[in-house]
Amino acid sequence: MKGMSIIVKETTRLLAGLIFLYGIYIIIHGHLTPGGGFAGGVVVAGSLILLILAYGSDYMHLTREETGTTITENLALLIALLIALGGMAFGIKVFFSNWLPRGTAGELVSAGVIPLYNIFIGMEVAASILTIFLALLIFKEELTK
Amino acid sequence: MIVYLLCFVLFLTGLYGVITRRNLVKIVISLSIMEFSIFLFLALIGYVDGGTVPIVDPADKGVVTYVDPLPQAMVLTAIVIGLATTAMLMAVIIRIYRKYKTMDIREIKNLRG
Amino acid sequence: MELALSVILVLMILGALFAIHAKDLLSAVISCSMVGYGLVICFLLLKAPDLAIVQIVVETITLVIMVAVVLDSTRQEPFTKPDPQGYMNIATAIVLTVVLFFFLKAASGSLDYFGRGAMRMARHYIEGAAEKTGSANLVTGVIFDFRGYDTLGEATVLVTAVLGSLTILRIRGKKKEVI
Repeated sequence: MKGMSIIVKETTRLLAGLIFLYGIYIIIHGHLTPGGGFAGGVVVAGSLILLILAYGSDYMHLTREETGTTITENLALLIALLIALGGMAFGIKVFFSNWLPRGTAGELVSAGVIPLYNIFIGMEVAASILTIFLALLIFKEELTK
Repeated sequence: MIVYLLCFVLFLTGLYGVITRRNLVKIVISLSIMEFSIFLFLALIGYVDGGTVPIVDPADKGVVTYVDPLPQAMVLTAIVIGLATTAMLMAVIIRIYRKYKTMDIREIKNLRG
Repeated sequence: MELALSVILVLMILGALFAIHAKDLLSAVISCSMVGYGLVICFLLLKAPDLAIVQIVVETITLVIMVAVVLDSTRQEPFTKPDPQGYMNIATAIVLTVVLFFFLKAASGSLDYFGRGAMRMARHYIEGAAEKTGSANLVTGVIFDFRGYDTLGEATVLVTAVLGSLTILRIRGKKKEVI
């Protein structure tokens, strides 16, 4: 797949890193400001989709299969489940309990397990959307060969 | 209450599109419109007059009324799931078009096999 | 407040009606995105910024995927005049929607007035939430602490949808075993 014109390429070169950083900011500050895992995850995926669309898949040297993103997605979900299982060992002994110390509301390090959940669910959502996009891209390319 | 009625009209517009259209992409578009109306209805239920954004500000004391956060939590996951199912339906449409070279559901039904 | 929401809803309904009856598929897809972006303004008016962020990015990604699918295949609806069975379909659909509209209007009599919800369950969630969960964002506290199972189910649905679309878009077949 070929890329777009040179204006789009120059603008993307300036913007894609900033959008990625904004997405990570939304994920990490999920327990203080609006946002959280889902919103930040789709913004991160959006920045990578912008990069692929603007420069074309030939320039990005994408591999012909989606193993990288599927491994990331499943590994992130597995680690989130392991953190939830940790609630059965520490704290109140039920599944899905909030077992790290809570701190005061309004600081960055607070709310127990919730920031960790935000990070891993954000990774999982971003990898899912990128996998769907890559599957469509690879299908289109294999057919026009 | 007229806001609820307009929301129902949007839902019924989508339903009309699913029943009467013959092109596959139009059916997926109408399904997407129905999903939007449901998100709007859930967010409308939780609105409180004079309430603010449901984020606790530890600086101010006193009684603050918040907008209901429960329907917002329900809609938040539903939006991302809607994206995944629409993308999967688009993948099915691509596959059908490659095989049958048409997007008309009546001709695809007649070509069975 | 109700006036602003009603105006935007009327515009969304007009966009939806155009998206259904458009002859060109690209115009229909763009009208569907107009409905989605109008929903973002509605969410901002209803004091829900989380939902606005998610909806605007999801709508953009959906638009990209739909345009990629539409530009790759036929761009017109090849049939413009409905045959007699098509007219029966349209008449049945109109009758059904009118009947359903009256039922829904009667059912909405049991809802509270717009903006005066009683918040019967949310009062128990909000009261000590900042101390019980420790997070300042109440929606994140509800999603991950009070209702963690729903988030787990949502992650499962996402993984299943990705699995389904990977299976559909598979080109290389299975290797044939030569016995």
